[in-house]
Amino acid sequence: MSDQVSRRLAGVLGPAGPEVTCEACFEHLDRYAELERAQGGAAAEAAVPGMHAHLEGCPACAEEHEGLLALLAADG
Amino acid sequence: MLSTAPPEDAAALPARRPAVAAVAVASVGAVTAAQPAPAFPDADSTAWVAALGATGPAHEAAVERLHALLLRAARFELRRRGAHADLDDLAHQAAHDALVAILAKLHTYRGQSRFTTWAYKFALLEAGVKARRRAWQGREVVLDDDGWALVATGDADAPAAGAEMAELLHATGEAIRAVLTPHQRAVLVAITLQDVPIDVLAERLGTTRGALYKTLHDARRKLRAQLALQGLLPAAEGGER
Repeated sequence: MSDQVSRRLAGVLGPAGPEVTCEACFEHLDRYAELERAQGGAAAEAAVPGMHAHLEGCPACAEEHEGLLALLAADG
Repeated sequence: MLSTAPPEDAAALPARRPAVAAVAVASVGAVTAAQPAPAFPDADSTAWVAALGATGPAHEAAVERLHALLLRAARFELRRRGAHADLDDLAHQAAHDALVAILAKLHTYRGQSRFTTWAYKFALLEAGVKARRRAWQGREVVLDDDGWALVATGDADAPAAGAEMAELLHATGEAIRAVLTPHQRAVLVAITLQDVPIDVLAERLGTTRGALYKTLHDARRKLRAQLALQGLLPAAEGGER
């Protein structure tokens, strides 16, 4: 099984658990990213349950999440 | 198969704010200079909101500073995504649209992050949407609800796949055909197999990013439930919060 097919299958089936909506993701993205940086992913997910699953399932929101983390890291 | 014609010129389309930006975050009441939210994380954030909520020169200076901040964020994001010949033009558009959105939603800032982090996400959203739309400008989006066949049959390593995975692949293709509506199939294939960005697809179909993601989510849930019935996946537990 090629990695590409595995990735496609994962993308088609999406995350298994409950997830927030795109709107909720945007609403909480700033707090989530700061918590990730300060306390780690588990703390961020505890504050915003379902965020991690949504970021796995929504490529556009994942890009914005990556961008925000990169920008915060660049700011120091 | 349904073909959607690409816009002649993205700029000629009616202005439509991305769905996620258009949906206001839960309001907890207006935040003003006289009554800052007690949960604000730092003095700098309080000062930002106070200045932006003020009038006169203080407000104008804060708006100018905010625009500069947003422009820097938009340029950063566009560079991170790969340089474009018109990067600066897109960055200026993104910063402007983000500034308008922020000023309209200032009362929804709840101080749960630094103000600059809250502001950054608007710039990143606008920059991302504009970059994705620019990348797809002039490209046709063909909605092909039989796209799974390309994946299931196009993998040269498929014969070497484990029997369980091969069965899952086959069953997924069958479930896509059997349990999804034509619209769900088309959206699923476009986003997850053809890599059409969700906001580009939303624009072409005249809908919102949130509505399309709901369609995608429902389709995935139906697929997972069907595969769980066949014992190929654990019982479905998905849902939107």
